[in-house]
Amino acid sequence: MEHAVAATPAWAVLAYLVAGVLFILSLRGLSSPESSQAGNRNGMIGMAVAVGTTLILHPTGLPLIIGAIAIGGGIGWVIAQRIQMTAMPELVAGFHSLVGMAAVLVGCAAYLNPAAFGIVDEAGAILAVSRVEMGLGVAIGAITFSGSIIAFLKLSGRMSGSPILLPGRHVLNLGVLAGILILTGVFAFDAAAAMGQGPLLWIILGLSFVIGVTLIIPIGGADMPVVISMLNSYSGWAAAAMGFTLQNTAMIITGALVGSSGAILSYIMCRAMNRSFISVIAGGFGAEADAGGPKAAGPAKSYKAGSADDAAFIMQNAESVIIVPGYGMAVSQAQHALREMGDLLKKEGVSVKYAIHPVAGRMPGHMNVLLAEANVPYDEVFELEDINSEFGQCDVAFVIGANDVTNPLAKTDKTSPIYGMPILDVEKAKTVLFVKRSMGGVGYAGVDNPVFYADNTMMLLADAKKMVENIVKGLNGGGH
Amino acid sequence: MDFLSILSIFVLAVFVGYYVVWSVTPALHTPLMAVTNAISSVIIVGALIAAAEGAKAVSESGGISLWLGLLGVVLASINIFGGFAVTRRMLAMYKKKDKKPAASK
Repeated sequence: MEHAVAATPAWAVLAYLVAGVLFILSLRGLSSPESSQAGNRNGMIGMAVAVGTTLILHPTGLPLIIGAIAIGGGIGWVIAQRIQMTAMPELVAGFHSLVGMAAVLVGCAAYLNPAAFGIVDEAGAILAVSRVEMGLGVAIGAITFSGSIIAFLKLSGRMSGSPILLPGRHVLNLGVLAGILILTGVFAFDAAAAMGQGPLLWIILGLSFVIGVTLIIPIGGADMPVVISMLNSYSGWAAAAMGFTLQNTAMIITGALVGSSGAILSYIMCRAMNRSFISVIAGGFGAEADAGGPKAAGPAKSYKAGSADDAAFIMQNAESVIIVPGYGMAVSQAQHALREMGDLLKKEGVSVKYAIHPVAGRMPGHMNVLLAEANVPYDEVFELEDINSEFGQCDVAFVIGANDVTNPLAKTDKTSPIYGMPILDVEKAKTVLFVKRSMGGVGYAGVDNPVFYADNTMMLLADAKKMVENIVKGLNGGGH
Repeated sequence: MDFLSILSIFVLAVFVGYYVVWSVTPALHTPLMAVTNAISSVIIVGALIAAAEGAKAVSESGGISLWLGLLGVVLASINIFGGFAVTRRMLAMYKKKDKKPAASK
């Protein structure tokens, strides 16, 4: 570029590249728990390199900037130390919103003070290509921000997790989305916008905030793993768009990494529910549950209920137990009691394993983190494909706070909303112990689970944590 | 750098991301989200430039750029420190079978 206001020196370009490579290595480290901590360190070093390089290139206003880093860093540090592991989904959603807002702020600052970013021509007009990047970056950032706020409110229970369906929402959303794209095009060719004037960017910004809300409110609680992964992806694309504006390789590489990471996680989550991405985004899943009332009003089916002592007795005399945790375990914080139960069983010579469905919980990997928190060794925890064939030979399947992911109707009933979803074959175990708060609720999909009424199933109706604690008492009392 | 070189870097990085992320073990998907969150805050680079350049010329168009930049720095810093710290906390919990947690009871 002839106009070399902010031509970056070669050493700095290389430093940003190094930061980008370190970020790649930080994700690479997560391929196994052993290398993961080193990976995280690489990420921190990469960030330090990127920030340090920028501060050396732009050494003005340092006291204010360092103050800002100290304030933000302090807040972030305290949150990270205090947050409960069960609250991880809302924390991640909240953090996504901050990335989105930061992208919006950077975009606006670049629009108002373009010379500082070296994106103006000789006449002082903002380059057209920069305006496209700016418009898209601000739009994606704003959608990430308001969408993540809604996801945060839903996940933390401050807002109902059930879908909110606006009339004509598909037309509305598509219309607004088209509007944003058209306005971004106009923004690129508008002469006033080139001089940093006119309302176009602010209209794009406003519309994007609105569509972030209307996109997420119709999506129900059970689909949150997809939503949170999708917003993760958006926050990456927002960073990448800003990287284009600033011609910064660290930002572009990172944005591309995070963007594809979130997209892959969304895909994995959708596949684990046998639903298309479009159908999840369109929302409304779980809303039909209430409409399907008549089915539930039929003659009450009989089931076998058991006590904690029964469960303790059965598991003590089993050779192998597979534990299937779900969101209910997270809600009642039963993971520590559960690990204690597992330890006692192992002492009795029972083989104990954990089976995790990809969409158990509210975000990808949610159950794994909770079990790790409770000191369950990660080599006792298995993914669906690795353990599903073992249910046939196992004595007891202990289901705690999971429902839809164990529902065999997904294999047989073509009319069921969860048809085709890969499930954990708990019904093949000799005995199924099903911990559930009451017989009333039927999971998020609103589908009854035939496993409840099977001959080899014993329902343990109570709060998950209390039930497990009582089982632990039973194991301690009756064992020796 | 011209637009096309930047675009090339971007496209290649998407592919790198694709292969790297598929190699992440599902057990670590939550830490993956936390750490991607932290590194996407590299957007702080933009906020730092906005703040630093804004501080140069507070009287003109710089004033608002300074404050937008500083706010961006605060938000991104929350994310950077929070994201890396919480990832570290999570990763420290993943243990193998051998070490028995004999500390409690």
